[in-house]
Amino acid sequence: MRLNLKIWRQAGPDGAGKLVDYAADHVSPDMSFLEMLDVINERLVKQGEDAISFDSDCREGICGMCSLVINGVPHGPDRGTTVCQLHMRRFKDGETVTIEPWRARAFPVVKDLVVDRSAFDRIIAAGGYVSINVGGAPDGNAIPVSKQVAEQAMDSAACIGCGACVAACKNASAHLFMSAKIAQLSVLPQGQVERTTRVVAMIAQADADGFGSCSNEGECEAVCPKEIPISNIARMSREFTRAVFAGK
Amino acid sequence: MSSSKLDAKVPGGPIADKWDRHKFEMKLVNPANKRKYTVIVVGTGLAGGSAAASLGELGYNVLNFCIQDSPRRAHSIAAQGGINAAKNYQNDGDSVYRLFYDTVKGGDYRSREANVYRLAQLSVNIIDQCVAQGVPFAREYGGLLDNRSFGGAQVSRTFYARGQTGQQLLLGAYQSLMRQVHQGAVRMFARREMLDLVIVDGKARGIIVRNLITGAIERYAADAVILATGGYGTVYYLSTNAVNSNVTAAWRAHKRGALFANPCYTQIHPTCIPVSGDHQSKLTLMSESLRNDGRVWVPKKQGDKRPPEQIPEEDRDYYLERKYPSFGNLVPRDVASRNAKQACDDGRGVGDSGLAVYLDFKDAIARVGPETIKAKYGNLFQMYAKITDDDPYAVPMRIYPAIHYTMGGLWVDYNLMSNVPGLHVLGEANFSDHGANRLGASALMQGLCDGYFVIPYTIGHYLASTALPKVTTDHDAFGEAADNVQQRINQLLAVKGSRGIREIHRELGRIMWDDVGMARSAQSLTRALARIPALRDEFWHDVSVPGSPDNLNQSLEYAGRVADYLEFAELLALDALQRSESCGGHFREESQTPDGEALRDDDNFSYVAAWEFQGVGRAPALHKEALVFDEVHPTQRSYK
Repeated sequence: MRLNLKIWRQAGPDGAGKLVDYAADHVSPDMSFLEMLDVINERLVKQGEDAISFDSDCREGICGMCSLVINGVPHGPDRGTTVCQLHMRRFKDGETVTIEPWRARAFPVVKDLVVDRSAFDRIIAAGGYVSINVGGAPDGNAIPVSKQVAEQAMDSAACIGCGACVAACKNASAHLFMSAKIAQLSVLPQGQVERTTRVVAMIAQADADGFGSCSNEGECEAVCPKEIPISNIARMSREFTRAVFAGK
Repeated sequence: MSSSKLDAKVPGGPIADKWDRHKFEMKLVNPANKRKYTVIVVGTGLAGGSAAASLGELGYNVLNFCIQDSPRRAHSIAAQGGINAAKNYQNDGDSVYRLFYDTVKGGDYRSREANVYRLAQLSVNIIDQCVAQGVPFAREYGGLLDNRSFGGAQVSRTFYARGQTGQQLLLGAYQSLMRQVHQGAVRMFARREMLDLVIVDGKARGIIVRNLITGAIERYAADAVILATGGYGTVYYLSTNAVNSNVTAAWRAHKRGALFANPCYTQIHPTCIPVSGDHQSKLTLMSESLRNDGRVWVPKKQGDKRPPEQIPEEDRDYYLERKYPSFGNLVPRDVASRNAKQACDDGRGVGDSGLAVYLDFKDAIARVGPETIKAKYGNLFQMYAKITDDDPYAVPMRIYPAIHYTMGGLWVDYNLMSNVPGLHVLGEANFSDHGANRLGASALMQGLCDGYFVIPYTIGHYLASTALPKVTTDHDAFGEAADNVQQRINQLLAVKGSRGIREIHRELGRIMWDDVGMARSAQSLTRALARIPALRDEFWHDVSVPGSPDNLNQSLEYAGRVADYLEFAELLALDALQRSESCGGHFREESQTPDGEALRDDDNFSYVAAWEFQGVGRAPALHKEALVFDEVHPTQRSYK
């Protein structure tokens, strides 16, 4: 099949970007979306033209590196799917497809479709962990965790940190990302000691990095490739309220 | 011959006491002095991330580098099935000694006993550490940790977090690492690619990196350098590795004198989604844990093209269960892969290409119900359905072996230090623990063992017992290395040919898969050794690398990695040629038992082959570390 692509090209962080037209010929329905871009890039490279920059690494939906907005939707049309797991059989012959980077103040464009998501690392650095050093851990089975709680923690921990939630949110809020980590650690016994300080520190960091607030529209949940529910945000809000009452 | 370059420094005494004794005998750096030492860690996967976090906790000044935009993206994240530990929580006969035994046997008696024993010993601490970090391991109803079975073992010792164990362990290490970043103990340098090792007075004292955003060539000095840069599976182009995984850091260290050990030990994973076409950029693994419930089969008759549901039981060959009744579908990876290849070579492969076998869950679904199967493997089934457009709950999965892991790597001693003083190598990047074949769920174990529990001790010993006069990046050695890096970049950009980088990489991959793949022979290897240098010449004469060196240029990054692979591939093939025995994942057609199993030649090949670089296109020098088996007596491996 053949597709008409409109791809965002931007030389650097300060340059003005624009959508550039590319034709994608001989697209196989079994190709992944990124493999389709690989083919276009291979053509550009052979012609000595600058290839389209985009991020990807594992190409199996777990590293969180790929980050394209396809026809206005982060990660494209399939629910619960990263771009790297999106296949061309989802598109129709002759279709026009627009490809843009994540757009958010806290995620500045580096080049073309590549953005800087280091703000996510700073949010985790602010408190997204259990503060233990190697060496002092008790026996694994000394900390029993009910199956239900372990499953609940795992549901939240499944977040891959891709940032689609931010890209989809009109406020460019990092609430879904943050709340997933906060929820994981607040339901587990290991996370109790720092339960109040963690939520306060992480939210403060997100504010400092220019992420917006949450207005409960749920776009984040709709595009999350790991289908992390917004109930995590509700939990984070409760944790925050709890911390405020605890005087943190 | 054994070489003076290769002193493994294995401590004396009984195997069970070696590590404890060594810990006591090693020198310590006192807490106040630790901050005076700078340590470079390259890589942020399970090995690099855990090492950087642990050294930060101890008080060292750590500089940590990765090529991705965040340390959380390292490819350890893609490990699915689990992590082994000799906890014996299941009361099923496991012990440190049994894990040690299984690993030495699984590696087909080509690993260093003392290292493997230490790995088994420390495995129990890893689980404790990860639980304390809040890793959401699977639990039983009573709240205790759950286990599953994995290939090559008859006990249940694999801890897991759904099908995302690697992700959860990596995020645990990443969070510890970010905590150290927050405290200022670790400085994180993302989107940096190590392009050279700097050696001053014979010791590793720094690295040269390219800032992938600005293109700047940056210099970093330290008292010791740790490489945790993963394996070289993408030399085959198609593999289960991430598309950015590469050998460059290890190869550049090799070109500076670090010996490369056993490069021919590559692991081909039996359960991957088959190749669908030329456009394919990577292969996707389906966790080995699926073999707990899935049954592998092909039609009994050659060329039987009926759809699987129309092939009755009596026309199916469950060949693993038939040939290996005691391990059945849970034979080690090398055995499962070779048998799949044999079935396909025999004309009994399935799917359009004939290069696949079935992995069938029908019986398991009938036994425990689809909900239970979904709870165990839901994400894997979903991934399979997305890629193939087939529903594995209704029709059997089609699977085929693919390159997955590389057991070879830079040579290290018991302290995980290479032959270059100060250069330490952890995780998949070293050669140390898995011999000629790695057992499932042991890569995560090794990465975290090296980073959390070995290097924090051994690096202290190195720093405390070595004179390390202050070195700055103004030193001539840094200038020479930076020039070297710049020159290679200029060369790549100057070719301005007509061939695509990916096209050449794909061609290299085809040579490697056809001639240095699952079955190798003197003839195929000799052919590869002629084709690789020819392709390398073509690359340097006709590759097209567009763009500028002064900003983000993914073509330039990729070209540099492929250029290194075109050198490294020759070493891999050469190592495979000299090792005319079969062992583990290295199968030489000339050396097999009458029923087609790998036949070792212990009299002639019970050694580690460690290669010394002599120049591109020049024969490397071979150094041999003799392997001594005091505990586990080598026998013909049997899983029957």
